[in-house]
Amino acid sequence: MTIAKAVKVENLSKSFKGKLALNKVGLIANEGEMLALVGASGSGKSTLLRNINGLHLADKGTVSIFDAPLQSQGKYHSHIRRIRSQIGFIFQQFNLVTRLTVVENVLIGNLSQISLSRSLFRQFSKSEKTQALAALQRVGILEQAYQRASTLSGGQQQRVAIARCLVQGAKIILADEPIASLDPESARKVMELLCELNDEGITVITSLHQVQMVQRYFKRAIALRDGKVMFDGAVNELNEQKLTKIYGSAVEELVVRGHGDFTTREDLLVKTKTETH
Amino acid sequence: MRSPNISNHHHTKVSSEVRQMLAKEDKQVTTVKIFWLIIAIALLIFSYHQSELNPPVLIQRGGNMVEYISSYFPPDFSYWKTYLDDTLITISMGIWGTLLAAIAAIPLSILASENVCPPWIVQPIRRILDAMRAINEIVFALVFVVAVGLGPFAGVMALFIHTAGALGKLFSEAVEAIEPGQVEGIRATGASKIQEVIFGIIPQVIPLWTSFALYRFESNVRSASVLGIVGAGGIGVSLYQSFQSFDYGKVCSILIILILATTIIDTISAKLRNWLI
Repeated sequence: MTIAKAVKVENLSKSFKGKLALNKVGLIANEGEMLALVGASGSGKSTLLRNINGLHLADKGTVSIFDAPLQSQGKYHSHIRRIRSQIGFIFQQFNLVTRLTVVENVLIGNLSQISLSRSLFRQFSKSEKTQALAALQRVGILEQAYQRASTLSGGQQQRVAIARCLVQGAKIILADEPIASLDPESARKVMELLCELNDEGITVITSLHQVQMVQRYFKRAIALRDGKVMFDGAVNELNEQKLTKIYGSAVEELVVRGHGDFTTREDLLVKTKTETH
Repeated sequence: MRSPNISNHHHTKVSSEVRQMLAKEDKQVTTVKIFWLIIAIALLIFSYHQSELNPPVLIQRGGNMVEYISSYFPPDFSYWKTYLDDTLITISMGIWGTLLAAIAAIPLSILASENVCPPWIVQPIRRILDAMRAINEIVFALVFVVAVGLGPFAGVMALFIHTAGALGKLFSEAVEAIEPGQVEGIRATGASKIQEVIFGIIPQVIPLWTSFALYRFESNVRSASVLGIVGAGGIGVSLYQSFQSFDYGKVCSILIILILATTIIDTISAKLRNWLI
């Protein structure tokens, strides 16, 4: 049996003010895969993710989601909203509606299923509310459900954004630098949550600029430079020599040397074991 | 001994770069600035003659002024009950004129916002709003008195049209200042354009919109008090009649009631606005 292609990008090019942001990018993400996009800032990671769910329109090339075209040759497919509803998007700046409550933000994940008249009066059914609260419990912030989203910390807001993807019923989650604005502990919680969702079969594509993170949580990585795919393969092949070859002196931005800013579950286990002895 | 006075400029060494930078400082007086100053003065002189300003007359006829003003006192409150009823009508006109205008301004302002709608919608809607705003309430009242007859209803319609133009513009400025990320978060779930407005834009602008509407309510009560002069109901009718019959004591009592009423409304409304923002 063949595995479904969750995301297929072919020959995608996009330029901003004459500068190429994406240069004939091609990639395939199989269903259930966890894929990292690596690259320095300005390498095209965000642009690529935004093109995959159609927040941006490319100049040339095709994006297909489960074999249904989302955009091709600079035009959106007519069913873009239906296709988009299968894709959850996590932003670096969370992009919650800060004046709405936490649970209202999660309920927004349902919008593609909701009629205009119900939207006008912001009416959600009891089962939708139960589902939203369950999603909040899943990400560990049920207690704050009726607070305004603006009152939450960055890490909590990002988890609300993940709960919104859960309610949306997303089969794919695109995460654009999901932990870049978070402290290490919140970052760990968010990455672990994404790993758990991936274990349950959701395809996850995450852009990250720290190679250490990629090595910790991902098996496959795609490295971009100046909008071009420079590497696509197993993470363990993406060592420092390879990175230096791709990025030259810009590699400094990708590899944080000598910073023990992050602890894996394994590290913690070892630490607690040695402490108890 | 070294002088502790560091700022002694005789001893300060200035680098040539600093001198060059100083030379780039904009000149205080330029021919262009003088040109615009002359234009401004000419405009003031022209408009002085056009509006027939004549300060000596105020002094020469000062006696007349004192005599005239003294005829306003003592105020004649014999019809205070009628005036109070008329004031209530005036305030009611303000309430409904503002409420209808605020309701109409919601869709109009969305259509007039550059970050929501394309220019071919924005520009015509803005011109319509300009026209609604450019014409004074009194002129609209004259029109509606002919259309719907004498009385407060004509006044409400006049306030409604003029205020809808003003609020439409103010509301759209608030919409243009929203945080686009929050709307993007909603778009990424597969929501429709109208859902983006309801869940992403309105929650962000509602405090500002309410504040603008309350402010317009204050000024609409003031405007409503003169609409009666052209037959559009409210306290203005009595005011005009007392003027016509040289009953200055009555005019004075009406003015006192008006000042009290608008002061009370302004205070309450200002409190509400502070509480909202």
